[in-house]
Amino acid sequence: MLSFNALATICVLYVLVLFAVAFWAERAAKRGEVRWLNSPITYTLSLSIYATAWTFYGAVGSAARSGLEYLTIYLGPTLVFVGWFWLLRKMVRIGRAQRVTSIADMISSRYGKSGGLAVLVTVLAVLGTTPYIALQLQSVTLSFSVFTNAGAEVSPDRTALWIAAGLALFTIVFGTRSLDLNERHPGLVSAIAAEAVVKLAAILAVGIFVVWGVADGPSDMLARIEASPVADTPLNGARWLGLTALAGAAILCLPRMFQVMVVENSDEQHLSTAGWAFPLYLMLISLFVVPIAVTGLSLPGTGDNPDLYVLTVPLSQGQDGLALLVFLGGFSAATSMVIVAALALSTMVSNHIIVPLWLQSSNAEIVLNQDMRKVALMARRVSIAGVLLLGWIYYALSGGTAALASIGLISFLGVAQILPALVGGILWRGATRLGAALGIGAGFLIWVWLLALPNVAETGGLMPDVLSQGPWGVSWLAPNSPLGLETGDPLLTAMVLSLGVNTALFILGSLLSFPSPLERLQGAQFVNVFDHSRAVQGWTGAAGAADDLRIMAQRIMGDERAIRLFRDAASEQGRDGELPEPTAEFLEKLERELAGSVGAATAHAMMAQITGAASVGVRDLLAVADEAAQIMEYSSQLEAKSEELAQTAGRLRDVNAKLTELSVQKDDFLSQISHELRTPMTSIRSFSEILMQADQVDDAARTRFSRIIHDESQRLTRLLDDLLDLSVLENGRVTLNIGEAVLGDVLDRAIHAAGAEAGGGITIKRDRSLEAVTIETDADRLAQVFINLISNARKYCDADSPELEIAVRDTGQGVEVQFSDNGSGIPTRQEALIFEKFARLETARGAPGAGLGLAISREIMTRLNGDLSYVPGAGGATFRVKLPQRALRAA
Amino acid sequence: MARRLFLERRTYRLNRLQDAARLLPILGVVLIFAPIFIGGAGEETGGEAPSVSATLVYYFVIWFGLIGLTAFVSRAVTRLGAAKEEPPRGKDG
Repeated sequence: MLSFNALATICVLYVLVLFAVAFWAERAAKRGEVRWLNSPITYTLSLSIYATAWTFYGAVGSAARSGLEYLTIYLGPTLVFVGWFWLLRKMVRIGRAQRVTSIADMISSRYGKSGGLAVLVTVLAVLGTTPYIALQLQSVTLSFSVFTNAGAEVSPDRTALWIAAGLALFTIVFGTRSLDLNERHPGLVSAIAAEAVVKLAAILAVGIFVVWGVADGPSDMLARIEASPVADTPLNGARWLGLTALAGAAILCLPRMFQVMVVENSDEQHLSTAGWAFPLYLMLISLFVVPIAVTGLSLPGTGDNPDLYVLTVPLSQGQDGLALLVFLGGFSAATSMVIVAALALSTMVSNHIIVPLWLQSSNAEIVLNQDMRKVALMARRVSIAGVLLLGWIYYALSGGTAALASIGLISFLGVAQILPALVGGILWRGATRLGAALGIGAGFLIWVWLLALPNVAETGGLMPDVLSQGPWGVSWLAPNSPLGLETGDPLLTAMVLSLGVNTALFILGSLLSFPSPLERLQGAQFVNVFDHSRAVQGWTGAAGAADDLRIMAQRIMGDERAIRLFRDAASEQGRDGELPEPTAEFLEKLERELAGSVGAATAHAMMAQITGAASVGVRDLLAVADEAAQIMEYSSQLEAKSEELAQTAGRLRDVNAKLTELSVQKDDFLSQISHELRTPMTSIRSFSEILMQADQVDDAARTRFSRIIHDESQRLTRLLDDLLDLSVLENGRVTLNIGEAVLGDVLDRAIHAAGAEAGGGITIKRDRSLEAVTIETDADRLAQVFINLISNARKYCDADSPELEIAVRDTGQGVEVQFSDNGSGIPTRQEALIFEKFARLETARGAPGAGLGLAISREIMTRLNGDLSYVPGAGGATFRVKLPQRALRAA
Repeated sequence: MARRLFLERRTYRLNRLQDAARLLPILGVVLIFAPIFIGGAGEETGGEAPSVSATLVYYFVIWFGLIGLTAFVSRAVTRLGAAKEEPPRGKDG
């Protein structure tokens, strides 16, 4: 037999080989030589951490004690993997699409990134896994003691501590080397795959030895089985069904299985191989379990612990080399499980407990200044050491007792509490956070009370009264007989109760609660994952990505900037004239540049799409939506502004047109006025020239010429007066002398001034009774208007006996004075012109006047808040003067 | 037209293979749990329960059969699915 030291040396050497394998794999992965690492065989072998030391040694022990029952532990996972297309494929796809890092992350992510749920699942996982780690330590220590005569030289606790420390070191070195986005660890997975080969080879070797070495081939072995005590144990239907289901649930929920199955998965297609290859592995592992158990039972010198038959059978036959292989196989099984479990647990503990607490306790500035990656890595390292320490403490406290052996199934049931929330969350959109929390929480409590606590209590011999009679004598709460049930099988009872209540509360809670928007989005993303994501192929060559990145960058940043950026990056990498390698550094820089153009979230999502790092998460989508909303708001603001500008421009155009028109009018006016001024000036000049040659002019002619000169200069004066008047009125600088006046008086004055009294060549018709209205106005200005209208009638009325009718009418809103003559009126096409300056109609040719009268009159009426208009189609020329009500007062 | 028909036939075949992949675990459940019902019935009627060695052989035979069947279906699904770029959605969600 080997000495303890020799065995320890072999173990250290073996671990060194594993280190070498892991190190080599990391190097290869970094160089991109990942074909072997990425093969489905490596993936399948890494899954074999399901077969722990509990399997390696314990399955034979189980077969020796309770017959074929051990098969259920492997048949359950077989069913799950055979149906990979239905459930596992979806889990892996979701894991990749959502960048899930652990089972706790998966649950939390599905239920709206709930921190509370993550903590709950993490605690559950730690409680369920710690005893399991203790179990592994125990099995290794036990196997040590078999070789070294019951551990005479070194205490088992010390051995276990050394093993735990070594495993912690290995896990820290290869599990936390970098904080990869995908949480993949090629070195670690390779080492585990190597260990999987060792343990399978070991158990197959022992099996072949017992079937063909000890017995005479298969048929002899079957006969031996039939004759052995194993044959006396018939199948227990309930346990057969229950344990198969439990094992199937556990393989989906165990944190370490989730780690290798989903997180470390590099290619979805690997599942289609693992779907049959992993069951094959399990089948081969369990193929020789019964023959070894039967042989162990029948041979002398194999000891009284059936759990160690795998080791003692070859030892008793003097096969030391085979025994050493078995020892290494068991060592492999234990270490690989502990390493992955510690890694998975540490990811959860650091991500969901330590880092959030650290973030809360430190202020924001420190968070910004410090490198979060360092904090996360440190948290993870501390967690790994902590988890292994916990496992060792549990082992040291309960070590060697039979209770530890039963911890395997108890642990299974603990993590299986996650199953309803996990499967429900994947298949049912209606599942909500409240339902998941209630279900997991209640199932967890029942499990602790009915199984975990009694196990610990029995181990330590504590509280026997509480276990059998319930706390404070409440018997239906007693863990040994819950609800007063006389249970034959505590495990199955606890399973039915905990999973039953768990599922019921999960469904009820989900049906009765209302999910948050993020939760609903995540729910849709999970349930319909195949609609939203593409299958993730393995490691893709990066050369194509650089080109795509360049095209995208050109589109967003413009050709020149993008080309310069890529050229600089390429020359920095020493690849002048080529495309730069898409290193993390370069990608980060590019993302920052792009973020400046399209916003951080969009840039991240675009980069992720092209580099294939991951698909877009809900957070990303929400951020993108936010940015899009901002951009839309900004552009709508721009639109409003540009509309405003267009309106202003339109107004300016109108004003410009008016100005141009006014300028044309002014020119017309000037030319008109010069013409009007020139005509009288011409006559004055020529007649005064005649008068200067006095000898040629007789008295009568002189008198006539002087009169013409006088008349013309009067006309000129009148014209200038009118012009001044109009200019004053138009500029609004006129001062009105508002006072009270009777309308009839104003009319009298006007008729008199216009020379239209009896014998003035025109008959005036008035109704004086209606004219007795007192008005508040500028009487002189109003008279000016009337004078103008009356003299117009006198001048232009073409009737044989001209008549002018002046009619006053009260309209209720004011008073109207209408002047109508009995002439032929104003031709329709000239109606629009009569109020223009210098407008003189055809009919007025020959009559004196400058054509400003009506223009001035209308201006005056506007100043007086009234109106002057022409009434068309009333027979003769009819003008209507409107006076406002405000200025009225009854006489 | 003939070419289109060929493609459709392939899609159809892929869909049926995926159905088979989904049905495999049900076949597994039936095969794994059949003995406890049949064996139980035997006990009830006082008949001879099947021997342990026979049960053991039965389980390893069906286990191996299930593995072989899964291997066949999985490979076929993968091969057809790869030939057809995107697997049909229909029943995935």
